[in-house]
Amino acid sequence: MTVPRETGAIHDIGYRHYTGPRLGVPYIARSLTLHSLRGAFGLGRATRSKVVPFLLLAAMVVPAFVIAMVVVLGGADELPLEYTSYAVRLGAVVTIFVAAQSPQAVSRDLRFRLVALYFARPISRATYVRSKLIAMSAALFAFLTAPLVVLYVGALLGELDVWDNTVGFLKGVAGAAMFAVVLASVGLAIAAWTPRRGIGVAAIVTVLTLLGGISAIVAGVAADQDEDTLSGWAGLISPVSVVDGVQVWLLDSSAAVVAGPPGEWGGPAFALAAVVLVASCYLLLMRRYRAVTDA
Amino acid sequence: MPSLVVTQSLTKRYGARVTALDGLDVEVPEGVTGLVGANGAGKSTLIKILLGLLPATSGGARVLDLDVATQGQRIRELVGYMPEHDCLPPDVTATELVVHLARMSGLPTNAARERAADTLRHVGLFEERYRPVGGYSTGMKQRVKLAQALVHDPQLVLLDEPTNGLDPAGRDEMLGLIRRIGTVFGISVVVTSHLMGELERVCDHVVVIDGGRLMRSAATSTMTALTQDVVVEVTERGVDVEARLAAAGVAVRRQGEVLHLVLTDDGTYDLVRDAVADLGIGLVRLQRGRQHMLDMFRDTPVADAPVGAAP
Repeated sequence: MTVPRETGAIHDIGYRHYTGPRLGVPYIARSLTLHSLRGAFGLGRATRSKVVPFLLLAAMVVPAFVIAMVVVLGGADELPLEYTSYAVRLGAVVTIFVAAQSPQAVSRDLRFRLVALYFARPISRATYVRSKLIAMSAALFAFLTAPLVVLYVGALLGELDVWDNTVGFLKGVAGAAMFAVVLASVGLAIAAWTPRRGIGVAAIVTVLTLLGGISAIVAGVAADQDEDTLSGWAGLISPVSVVDGVQVWLLDSSAAVVAGPPGEWGGPAFALAAVVLVASCYLLLMRRYRAVTDA
Repeated sequence: MPSLVVTQSLTKRYGARVTALDGLDVEVPEGVTGLVGANGAGKSTLIKILLGLLPATSGGARVLDLDVATQGQRIRELVGYMPEHDCLPPDVTATELVVHLARMSGLPTNAARERAADTLRHVGLFEERYRPVGGYSTGMKQRVKLAQALVHDPQLVLLDEPTNGLDPAGRDEMLGLIRRIGTVFGISVVVTSHLMGELERVCDHVVVIDGGRLMRSAATSTMTALTQDVVVEVTERGVDVEARLAAAGVAVRRQGEVLHLVLTDDGTYDLVRDAVADLGIGLVRLQRGRQHMLDMFRDTPVADAPVGAAP
């Protein structure tokens, strides 16, 4: 380094300088991502931080387990639902997980102003935001995939068609990845703009259920009026049905919510909506953290 | 030897009206440097610019011979920062937090653990470090904040008002620690304060800014002459004490039985002692005055400032 440390050498009585490696930004980003991912399940935190995520994980997996048992013991010849629709059927549990765990990934650092200590270190705001997004997406992906694994194992043990189930399972995993990224983005963006954890939780639940509700009502009313196209477009109102629409288009699954994207342009439009949604959330997050360092 | 920090006509404006730094030219040498200024003088803005977190409106700065505008990331690897405000989540232990922040500075996990344990010990946190930070006293929290600034063994630490909120004993301990960082640890320190008195005790060099401009930059030894203000309180006959000291050439001002005098050297203490002994009166108080920086540079006498008001 440029500055000699004569004073240290002369007076050193007990303080040892660090001479080991200083790893770069990629290592720091990885560490932060892993730390946040563990944090999303309360790992490395107090016991009470683990209660909510693991209760929710149980709530997510138990129905799959019951289905698997029924299939194995009851000898059904196919699963009662598609892998891709599982996340949507358990939408309430997923919503609560996003709402409960997104604030703890970001509001804590903001509320206790820990971000000042992060940004005084090598990583940039963008790296911080990306690490948090990746961590929350990975946590959600694990949360959504766990029950699919249970279903798949159940299907294999129940000697259902291996090919159909493998394809279905992989589609489910792909869908889970899309749900994870979209819902993590929405959850973090809302959480970062709400100062307190409780408010963040409430805001996320409200936004997701409200949008889901409006979407369903619009779709339902439109369907009653035989306006099937409008009913399909109503899916664009809610993040969950947007992803479900992309699943219908890309993975050839049947729509689990509302009507699914209409016509030839419906699928691409839903996919575009998903991309725009994630990008907007990212920009919102970046704006939030710009405000933090400028203050 | 290059200066640790050099700024050239550094200017920072927020919008059209607020000017936080106004053409600041300053050089910080190695050792412990005090950055003094009233609240709003631009100290925190300067620190953020030095960390490469805030772009300057014009002018520039170099830290450890690195450009703040383009090499902020490298600077932040080599510099530690202790913010003025609270920044500790209550639900983790000091050890967990400092280990995590060491990794955030690029230390591998094992090194991070080792350094965190060492650093917490150096700042005086022992068994407490396994308890959640939420239960800590202000003094202990300040130590954790200091530890996280030191954990990656920086070449320079920027400490923003580290004595804020501490009682007199805690203040003395913190100042002692800062002195140790500069001398024993061999890490250069820039420490801000709005109190001159406490900084002159631990700093080799003092930089005074006001309104975003440099007012003064000098080695502490040349500055102490200005700040050696002593408060003497006697039981009675303050007038006579004043007369005697004035006759001996001491600059003195009196408010009742309380006298403020300017110390020229240790001989001044002897004069006070002799005066009190000769007059046969009691000496209630003999103490170094502390004063706000700005009072020091006013042309008017220090007299009416609340001397000792900020312990």
